Parts: sequence; C-alpha cells; structure tokens
Amino acid sequence: MSKKVLVNLAMVLLVSGLVFTVSCAKKCVVSEPAVAQVETQDQIADAQAAAESEARKAAERQKAIEEEQLREESERRALAVKKAEEKRRFENCNIHFAYDSSELTPEARAILKKKADWMRNNPGVTVVVEGHCDERGSTEYNLALGERRALAARQYLVDIGISPSRLGTISYGEEKPLDPAHTPSAWDKNRRAQFKIQ
Amino acid sequence: MKKIRILVLVLWLFPCQGLALDYTYININNPFIRKIPLAVPEFKTITSGNQEAELGRRAREIMGHALDFTGYIKVMDPKAFLSSPAETGISKSEVVFKAWTSIGAELLITGGVVQYQNKVQLKLRLFDTFKEKMLTGKVYTGHKDDLRRMVHRFCGEVSQVLTGHKGIFGSRIVFVSTVQGNKEIFTCDFDGYGAEQETRHKSITLSPSWSSCGNWLAYTSYVNGSPDLFIKNLKEKQGYTVSFKGLNITPDWVPGEFSLAACLSFSGDQEIYLLTGKGKIIKRLTENWGIDVSPEFSPDGKKMAFVSKRSGTPQVFIRDMDTGTDQRLTFQGEYNTSPAWSPDGDKIAYAAAEDGEINIKVVNADGSSLVQLTGGTKDNEDPSWSPDGSLILFSSTRDGVSRIFVMTAAGGEQRCLLKMDGAQTDPEWSMENVYN
Repeated sequence: MSKKVLVNLAMVLLVSGLVFTVSCAKKCVVSEPAVAQVETQDQIADAQAAAESEARKAAERQKAIEEEQLREESERRALAVKKAEEKRRFENCNIHFAYDSSELTPEARAILKKKADWMRNNPGVTVVVEGHCDERGSTEYNLALGERRALAARQYLVDIGISPSRLGTISYGEEKPLDPAHTPSAWDKNRRAQFKIQ
Repeated sequence: MKKIRILVLVLWLFPCQGLALDYTYININNPFIRKIPLAVPEFKTITSGNQEAELGRRAREIMGHALDFTGYIKVMDPKAFLSSPAETGISKSEVVFKAWTSIGAELLITGGVVQYQNKVQLKLRLFDTFKEKMLTGKVYTGHKDDLRRMVHRFCGEVSQVLTGHKGIFGSRIVFVSTVQGNKEIFTCDFDGYGAEQETRHKSITLSPSWSSCGNWLAYTSYVNGSPDLFIKNLKEKQGYTVSFKGLNITPDWVPGEFSLAACLSFSGDQEIYLLTGKGKIIKRLTENWGIDVSPEFSPDGKKMAFVSKRSGTPQVFIRDMDTGTDQRLTFQGEYNTSPAWSPDGDKIAYAAAEDGEINIKVVNADGSSLVQLTGGTKDNEDPSWSPDGSLILFSSTRDGVSRIFVMTAAGGEQRCLLKMDGAQTDPEWSMENVYN
C-alpha cells in the first residue's frame, strides 16, 4: 500500500516537472538570439525526448500496476469458478448400487472420500443424501431400499469424520429416475445416492 | 347347466322349496367357471311417461355392463330373443319361459319402469327359466339421477342368489394416477366408472389404503417435503398426519377397527408399527434388522402378511398377531412383494419378479397350491381382491404405460379397468359395499 502511494507521488512530481520544462522551453524560443537557437533547439529536443521516455516509463509502470490488479481479480474469479465447479461436482457425482442392494462398492467409497474432503473444506455446509432405485420391483419396497442406500452413504461419511449433524437423508424410491428409459443402462444410472447441498 | 337340470329333476321328484333357496348357482372359487347365459330383454314402460323408455334403456345398459363385468355371467345378445316381456308382461305368470330356454338363456331378468317427475320406480325380477321360478324380485324407487345405484342394488341381489355374496356392485376402487407428472390419488366405481381425483398435493402421493368402513383413506405423500403418512376422512375432509423422521409409508387398516399398521423408519431401520387411527404409535410389531414393509391384515385381523428382507431377498412373511411369531410364505424366486389376502382369508395374492417380468401369483395362506395368474405380459403388480373374492385388480405395463387391469380370481378375462390420461398404479378394492 505505502509502495503504491510513493509511486503515485513520484508520478505526480515527474509529470508536473515535465510540464514545467516544456512551457519554459517554449518561452525561450521567442526570447533567445538566432545562433544560440540551434543549440537551444537541440537541447529542447533532447529534453523533450527525455521527458517522453520518462512519461512512457511512467505510463508503463502504471500499466504494470493496473495489470497486477487485473491479475489478482481474475485469479479470484478463477478460484470462485473452481469452487463452484467443485460444488457442482459434489452435487452431480452420484454413487451407484447393485440391484436390490444398499452395499457401498469400492468406487462408491472412493467418491464418498472425495465428498468428505469437500465437506471438510466447506465447514458451513449441510447436505441431504437422497436414496433412489430403478423402476423394477414394488414401489413400497423401493422406498425402503432407497432409504437404506441413503443411510449407507451417510454412515460412511460419518465414519470418516463428517459430523452427523451436517448430513440428512431422504428416500425417493423409484419416484425420481434420472433416466426414464426402461433399459438396463437407465436402471444402472437410476440406482443411486445423490447429494444435495442445503 | 347340467347341475341346474339335475336340480330341476330333484325338485320335480321332491317338490321342496326350501332346498332350492339354499342352492348356490355359482362357486366363484371354482377356477373353471362356466359362464351362465342371462337375458335382459327390453323393460316394460308402465305409464308410458315420456322418459320411461329412455330410463329403461339406460337401466338395461347399466345392468348388462355390471353383470358382464363379474366374469361369471354371459349377458346374451338381444338379437337372439324370441319373446318380449315388455309386451307380454314381466311377472312370472306372463313370462313365456319356453321362449328363453329354447335359446339357451338359463336366467332371465325382466324390468318395469314407472317415471313421475324426477322420480323413477324400477320393478325387477330374476327368473330361473328352466325351473320357471322367480329367484328374486325387488322394487326400487328413487331420484332418476340414482338410476345407476338402483340397478347396482339389484345386481347385488342377483349376485346374492347366484353366489351367496352381494358381490362387487356397491364397491369402490382407489388407485394412483399421474396428473401433469405428479402422482395423485383417485377413486372410481367397481367398473372404473366415475373416476374422481381425491388428492391435489401436486407431489408424489402413494399407497392408498381404505379403512374397512370405506370412510377413511390412509396414504403417503411428499407434499411437505418428506414421505409423511396422511389419514384422511373422505366425507368430512378432516384428518391426521404422521411425520416422524424418515419413512412414514405403506399403511394398512386393521379390519373393523380405527387403527392401522405402517412402516416407519425413525429408529434408523424400517419396521412395522401399529398406530391408532389418529396416528399415535400403539406398538412396534416387527423387530428385525433389515427392511420390513407393506403390512396387509387378514380379513379377520388375526394375521398380518408383510414383506421382509430378513432372509436376504424381499419375501412375504406372515405374522400371527396373537403369538407374535413370523412364518415365511414365499420360497420360489428372489423377489416377492405386495401381498393381498383374499376376503375369505384362505389365499394370498402377491407380485413375483422373475426372468425379467413381474407376475401375479396366488398361494394358499399355508403356502400350498401356488398358481401363477399372469405371464408374458410385462410387469403385473399390486394385486387386490374384490370384496366377494371373485376378481383381482392389478396394474400392468402390457400396453406400455401402466394401467389398472382386472381378472377373475383364476386369472381369466384379463381386461383394462379404465382408460385415462397418465399412468395408473397401486389399485385397492374397498372391502365394504359403499351403498349396499
């Protein structure tokens, strides 16, 4: 901060100095004799060149400062984007289950570990774990199965250190399929636990 | 027919009227029911009131449809008729029985219509044409808008004579249908007529269950964000809500009582509890780690079928309510759910998932005599018996989108109950006749 003030002060002095020099030179042109004029004009040219170069340098320095500010801002923006991306990934990356099962697969555990990391980095956040099923089987049994999936995911997160108070659960059974098709690949997608930030 | 002829012979030899009164024409538990041909000729207009002919035509149409629906009566084509009681007369002495036996009509219904202002009177008689005997005769008087009810009352009388049970004609059906993507609860008459939307939660609404008096409906809805249980009086529009943490699902009323069983999971495990009609917990019924869901009481309330995963896969179990012991009912297949008791308490229908489709199966309550009723028609789920045990409702995806179907208790005559927008699931038949 103090550095910036100093630089700005220097700039003010420098620019006002230049103005003085130039206005003085103009006056001289009118009053000095002809012979001396050439010399004087050379001097003037030199002074002008020097002044211009100073001004250029000053301008460049100013630009550098502005650029620095811009860089900070864009870094901040990039960080925000990255965080939003992490949040998006947290919400959009589901864990999947086998047919009629609420057991966590190794892949599901790996995903849950990443989710726990994110929750540790975002301590203010609470999350609802949604349990879902594919369309096969009874609506009623699937409500229970969906809840077991949500509870299994929640318990794993608690076991690796996330506070239970930050984790709610809800089962939607087979009521909210991601893919409404009646195919094995749709069923694979729909047997899932999903994570919603509150 | 043979049976009736034999009886006619017996009656001729031993003319004892009392014997005939005890006789039941149709055993609805017989899986090989032969349909009895029945004629409903044009009704007689008695005072020639201007609307009598039209009311008579409508009454015949309602009657024909209702009796055909039973699956054990064949309503005959009027083109074959040789006699017209509307002209010759509708009482026993006026009916020309030979004209009916000669075309194979074993039963005959004659009707007379009297209309004055907004009132209508129906005089209806059921005859055994071979015995030349009136089996039942009733006079109904009411507002002409209640014609359907009056005709159905008489169909109940017909059913009483033929099967020993009033039948299904006053019963109602509850089911779930999607409305603009949301599941809502609907009710309709036994034949799919007059569907009415009962809930407007604009949310996921599931698993409707009638109380045995037919006045209360219990169901689950996500209208408040989570699966809560709603207990609603259909007439007084009042009710109670059960909203413990977790699931509050799959209600089933205790027969004849203002209490119900439901699956609650506030303990962290899905268990079945007994609740008062106002939703207060009386006691926990199941004590088993793993899913216990979908209770369904036997008609006498002494047993409760339910679905449990305690043996590794979802299977139907039966709880003895007195001793508290559980017995596994289903052993074939890896996925058996949605148990439904027959009204006599002898059989249980359920949905079995096997080889990529779901089918309705029926088994005796002791586990014997397993029969499969559907097959090769995609997914057939959620069976529910008619109050007389003659028919079974279920949902089927055979036409693509899920619809409500009905079939005889032996799996015959599978047909769509009603066509409406959206997808229909989870049908349940009321156990009491609403207006009988």
